[in-house]
Amino acid sequence: MSRITPTLESLKQSGRKALIPFITAGDPNPAFTVPAMHAMVKAGVNIIELGVPFSDPMADGPVIQRASERALAHKMSLRKVLELVREFRQQDNVTPVVLMGYLNPVESMGYQNFVDKAKEVGVDGILTVDMPPEESSELLPMLDQAGIDPIFLLAPNSTDERIAKMGQLGRGYLYYVSLKGVTGASHLNLDDVERKIKDIRRLASLPIEIGFGVKNAETAAAVSKLGDGVVVGSALVGKIEAAGEDTDQALRQITDLLRSMRASLDA
Amino acid sequence: MRFTALTNLDSTETYNLPDQRGHFGPYGGVFVAETLMLPIGELTEAYYRYMKDKDFLAELDYDLQHYVGRPSPIYHAERLSREMGGAQIFLKREDLNHTGAHKVNNTVGQALLAKRMGKTRIIAETGAGQHGVATATVAARLGLECVVYMGSVDVARQAPNVLRMKLLGASVVPVESGSKTLKDALNEAMRDWVTNVDNTFYIIGTVAGPHPYPAMVRDFQAVIGRESKEQMIEMTGRNPDVLVACVGGGSNAIGLFYPFIDDHDVAMHGVEAAGDGIETGRHSAPLSAGRPGVLHGNRTYLMEDEDGEIIETHSISAGLDYPGVGPEHAWLKDSGRAQYVSITDDEAMKGFHALTRMEGIIPALESAHAIAYAMKLAPTLAKDKTILVNLSGRGDKDINTIAAREGISL
Repeated sequence: MSRITPTLESLKQSGRKALIPFITAGDPNPAFTVPAMHAMVKAGVNIIELGVPFSDPMADGPVIQRASERALAHKMSLRKVLELVREFRQQDNVTPVVLMGYLNPVESMGYQNFVDKAKEVGVDGILTVDMPPEESSELLPMLDQAGIDPIFLLAPNSTDERIAKMGQLGRGYLYYVSLKGVTGASHLNLDDVERKIKDIRRLASLPIEIGFGVKNAETAAAVSKLGDGVVVGSALVGKIEAAGEDTDQALRQITDLLRSMRASLDA
Repeated sequence: MRFTALTNLDSTETYNLPDQRGHFGPYGGVFVAETLMLPIGELTEAYYRYMKDKDFLAELDYDLQHYVGRPSPIYHAERLSREMGGAQIFLKREDLNHTGAHKVNNTVGQALLAKRMGKTRIIAETGAGQHGVATATVAARLGLECVVYMGSVDVARQAPNVLRMKLLGASVVPVESGSKTLKDALNEAMRDWVTNVDNTFYIIGTVAGPHPYPAMVRDFQAVIGRESKEQMIEMTGRNPDVLVACVGGGSNAIGLFYPFIDDHDVAMHGVEAAGDGIETGRHSAPLSAGRPGVLHGNRTYLMEDEDGEIIETHSISAGLDYPGVGPEHAWLKDSGRAQYVSITDDEAMKGFHALTRMEGIIPALESAHAIAYAMKLAPTLAKDKTILVNLSGRGDKDINTIAAREGISL
C-alpha cells in the first residue's frame, strides 16, 4: 500500500482536510524543486503532486503550460523527475508524492520500466491526464503490483457510470476537477460542486480531493468543506513564475500561501 | 461520370477497423482528459447514428455535388507521363473542389453533424490554412460562429488563407505556445473545446485525434476513393496499379486508400515530408523515422525525443508539418498493406515546377510531394501500369512561400 491511504485516513480521523499542492518539477529550475517540496511539507501540506512537464500539455491553461516550457528548457524529463523524488525521499519518507502529467513520457519509457523506477524511488501515485480508465488496462495491473495508486480525474460532466468505474479502478483518492476547462480557470460555482460531490459520494467510496480554481485561503476553506481536501496548482505556479529568477521569493510566497490555506482549513 | 453517393457502402469489404472503441490494432483509441469523455461520447453516438441516416446522407450528397462540385475529375497527365518514360500518371483533381482542396469534403460533413447535434459554435485547428478556410466556409454558410486556431508561424507563411478565413467571418487566433505550428493549434483547440463543450463542435481536419475523428474524417473523405474507383475503371478498364498521396495527418491519403484496402492488387504509397532530409532530423516523417506514442487523443507514430517529448518538425509545406499521423496509417504501415516513403523540400519543389510547366496545373506544396514521388516511381514501372496521384489541393496559397524560397519579389 502507498503512503496515500494512511495519510488520508489519519486526517479523516482527526477531522482535518487534506492540503495538496501541485508544482511542476524543474520549474523555474531543477534545483528549486526538492527544497520547495520540503518547505511545502513544513508549511503543512499532506500530499505533493509533482507535475511532469510535457511538450504538449493539452489540458493545462497558460500558467502551467509556461511552467512546463520553463522546466523543459532546463531539460527536465520523466527520468529526472524520478531522480528528484529519490532525492526528496532521502529526508522525507512520510509525505506521499503523486506524479501528474501526460501519458506519452510514460509510454516512451515503457510501462514496466517506469513502474519499477517509480516504485524504487518512492512514488505513491500517478495521475495521467490523458489516460482514461478505458485505455488503462495494461498499466493498472503493473501499478497494482507495485503498490502505486492510479489517481483518476472526475469532471462536472462525468456520468454516473464513469464515476462508479473510477471508484472501482482508482486508488488513494479521486481528483474532482471542479469546473469544465483547463487548469487555472477562474469561474468556480460552489453549489454545482456540492451537488456533484454528493453524486460521487453515492457512487464511489474513495476520498475526494477537489482542484481547479482554488486560488486563496478563502476558496480553499470553502471548497474543502465539500470534499476531503483541496488541490492548489496554478496559484502556486503563478507565484513561482512572478518571482522569476528570485527563487527565494518564490519559496517564501508559495509557503506563505500554503500556510494561510492550512490555517483556514484547520479553523 | 455520375455522382458517387456516400450511401454506396454496400460493398463486401472485409476490412472493418476501427473497433468500437476506435482502435486500429494497437493504434487509435481515446486518450483525452475526463471533461472531454462526455462530448466525445455524444459525438461518437451521433456519428454512428447519422452515418446510417438516409436523410443526413442525402443532404451530405447534395452538398458534395452542388456546393463542393463533386465528383472531381480524374485527369491523365499524358505529357508528364511521357517525360518520365514509364507508368501512366493520373491525377485525382481534389484541387478543383470549392475552396481548393480535399479538406472541404470533411468540413461539409462535420458541419452538418454539428447542426444535427444543435451546436452553435464551431472551432478548428489549421496548419496550411486549407482546413481553416474549409471550416470557415461551411460555418459562414450555416450561420455558425467560427474560431480557427493557427500557429503564429503558419499565420505568417499562409497569409492569403488567413485573410480568406477572416473574410468568411471567422476569428483566427494565432497560437504562440510550443513550436507555434499545427500541433500547438490542435492543443489550443482542445483547450477551447474542454472549456466550451456545451455549445461547441470541434471540426478536426485530419484523420487524427481521439475516436471517432480518425474514422469519421476518413468516412467523409472516402468519397475520393469511391469516385476514383469508378472513374479509373471507366477510363482504363481496371483499378490503378498504385495509389500515391501525401501524408501529414493523412486525410487525403486515407480518403483515397480506404475504398481500395480490400483490393490487394492495388499498391498504396503514402508520401511523408522529408524536409531537409530524414538524416538531418529536420523533417515531418513520423512513419518513416518516428516511433509509437500517445498524442492528441490517439496512439500512433510520433516524432519524439528519447524522453517522450514531442520534437519540432520541419517541412516547406505547412500542411505536412505535423509530428503525428493518423492511427489508421500507423496500422496500414505495420500490417504492410501500405508503404510509406518520403520526399524532401527540394524534391517537392521539383515536382511543383514540373506539374506547373508540363501540365498547366499549379499544385499545393503538400500535393507536390505526391507528384514528386510519382515522378520517381513512374520510370521504374512499365508503360502500361497506372499510378493514381491524389492532387489534394491547388497551389495558389503557396505563392508567397515559393517566391520567398526562390528569391522572387511579388
